[in-house]
Amino acid sequence: MPIAKNSPDPRVSCARLFTKALSAICVFAWTRPLATLSIVALVSLTAVALLADVVATHDPLGQNVAERLSPPGADHYFGTDGFGRDIFSRVVYGARASLFVGFLSVSVAAVAGMGVGIVSAYSGGIVDLLVQRVVDVLLGFPFLVLAVIMVVALGSSPGSVAIAIALALAPQVARLSRASALSIKEEPYVEAARVIGAQAVKIMWRHVLPNSLPPVLAQVTGYLGAAVVAESTLSFLGLGVPPPYPSWGRMLQEGARHYFEAAPWATIFPGLALSLTVLASALLGDAVRDLLDPRRAQSLGRTPKR
Amino acid sequence: MRSYLALRLALIVPTVLAASIAVFVVMRVLPGDIVRTIAGDVPVSRETREALQEELGLNDSLPVQYGRWLWSMVNGEFGGRSLENREPIRSVIGRQLPVTLLLAGYAVLLSIFVSVPLGVLAAVWSNRWPDHIIRVTTLVGLALPNLWIALLVLLGLLLFFRWSPPIMYTTPWAGPWNHLQMMVWPTLLLAWEYSSHLVRVTRSSMLEALGRAYITTARSKGLPERTVVLRHALRNALIPTVTMVGLQTSALLSGTLILETIFGLPGIGRGLVQAALARDYPVVQSLASLLVFVSLFVNLLVDLLYTRLDPRISHAA
Repeated sequence: MPIAKNSPDPRVSCARLFTKALSAICVFAWTRPLATLSIVALVSLTAVALLADVVATHDPLGQNVAERLSPPGADHYFGTDGFGRDIFSRVVYGARASLFVGFLSVSVAAVAGMGVGIVSAYSGGIVDLLVQRVVDVLLGFPFLVLAVIMVVALGSSPGSVAIAIALALAPQVARLSRASALSIKEEPYVEAARVIGAQAVKIMWRHVLPNSLPPVLAQVTGYLGAAVVAESTLSFLGLGVPPPYPSWGRMLQEGARHYFEAAPWATIFPGLALSLTVLASALLGDAVRDLLDPRRAQSLGRTPKR
Repeated sequence: MRSYLALRLALIVPTVLAASIAVFVVMRVLPGDIVRTIAGDVPVSRETREALQEELGLNDSLPVQYGRWLWSMVNGEFGGRSLENREPIRSVIGRQLPVTLLLAGYAVLLSIFVSVPLGVLAAVWSNRWPDHIIRVTTLVGLALPNLWIALLVLLGLLLFFRWSPPIMYTTPWAGPWNHLQMMVWPTLLLAWEYSSHLVRVTRSSMLEALGRAYITTARSKGLPERTVVLRHALRNALIPTVTMVGLQTSALLSGTLILETIFGLPGIGRGLVQAALARDYPVVQSLASLLVFVSLFVNLLVDLLYTRLDPRISHAA
């Protein structure tokens, strides 16, 4: 091919990039099997939730009294419940509610918590003191008690359940990011930015926030599991997303209350899905924490050239 | 030391007050029209609405309502009467609080008695098979949702042993065997989650203590290993464990909520959930406040205990 020596052939560089990315992924998977497993699990769960219409075999709300309480089989992978509804499809659609509330609440908690924590740490003085008192008070509330009274106050829509859970998670994020920001505040580059006259908001946004992010992020990825469990618990207690849309928690409640002995699969499979999500999230949190821990030698097994 | 103690004690009152304000604000300010919620979809006449508002004290300003509610919490009335069945909340609490306290108490005692030896064991035999078993068990206890494990246990008991817990609750002195049967599984499940945290903390702090210089000194003095581990390392390693006991109190109270509902124990947790479902605002307010106060109180107690255990802390106010 008549190509000038100094200009790279785009096809070659694309192929090179692709093989580099592929080999990086392979190295990652080999050195960190658990992290890879958790990422794959979470990604496929999210995909299943988003593509629920395609993955589900039956209509999750479709009742079929003739086939009620049938055990798992070829036709109904997870069996049917007391109304003849296919449990596999209900679990798949339930993933939507649970993961939606989970992601939303963790995102809101992360943003709100970090905002409060960083501003409180940077401001110092009386603002810091007051905010810390409020955070301490909120931390003193048992998680579920706070969520329950928020749901009673705000109602039972997915949004309000997400806000209730976010409010219960945010104080912990706030405390964590405050601790992180306090140490970042003393760094020379922050002082330098202050000296040249940068505004407080700009300093917080450009310097304090990105540098105090790693420990907070490591902790927050683990909160996804807690948020999903919280949503399921609230639904189990009857305070979560309203029927008829399937939610794992409410499936557990129905299974436990109405057909516990007759159809144990109605209780087992939603719980299995829940546990899988929680485990994957916990493993991911561990992996992120390990990855971001500055005391680790080198990531991805690459050693520095001495 | 005295001044630090006094400071911590003095902080109890504003913290508790702030918590009560938080609960009050959430319950009174956020919801829409309480009267409509109580009446449901039935249209209410003007007289009924006014009578209900007068009875609930909704016509006064918010600070007055708060003051009145706070006074009734303090003087033993605990917020008046339930909206659902007119039962005085004081008797509701009197009925339900002992159950929750017993359950939590059993779980905490069991956890402490089990966790400390297991944590020490895991540290002393670290990276060998006892440690691996203990670590996997605690990881499972932490990761899997309490809710589902409880249901599985109940299911297993029903299907394989044909046993179901008793329906009626009895106090330990009225019907000890019945009481035991009702309490054993919730206690075990609650303790499993609680212990998982305690064992992990004990293990890591024991490992750290065992690596210290004074342990090497003790060993080179020729002291038997048991003395080294139990008398020297353990004492110092217990401090983070005590902290963890306090930190996990609110998680414990959340856990009692779930387990009381699943196993049908008539405690504060289940009472709160039922009141929430019925939108019984006075009961929700009082029970939630009670749980929050208990949690805060235990946290503060642990804080004070912590200052006594670790003399270094008392000097840093």
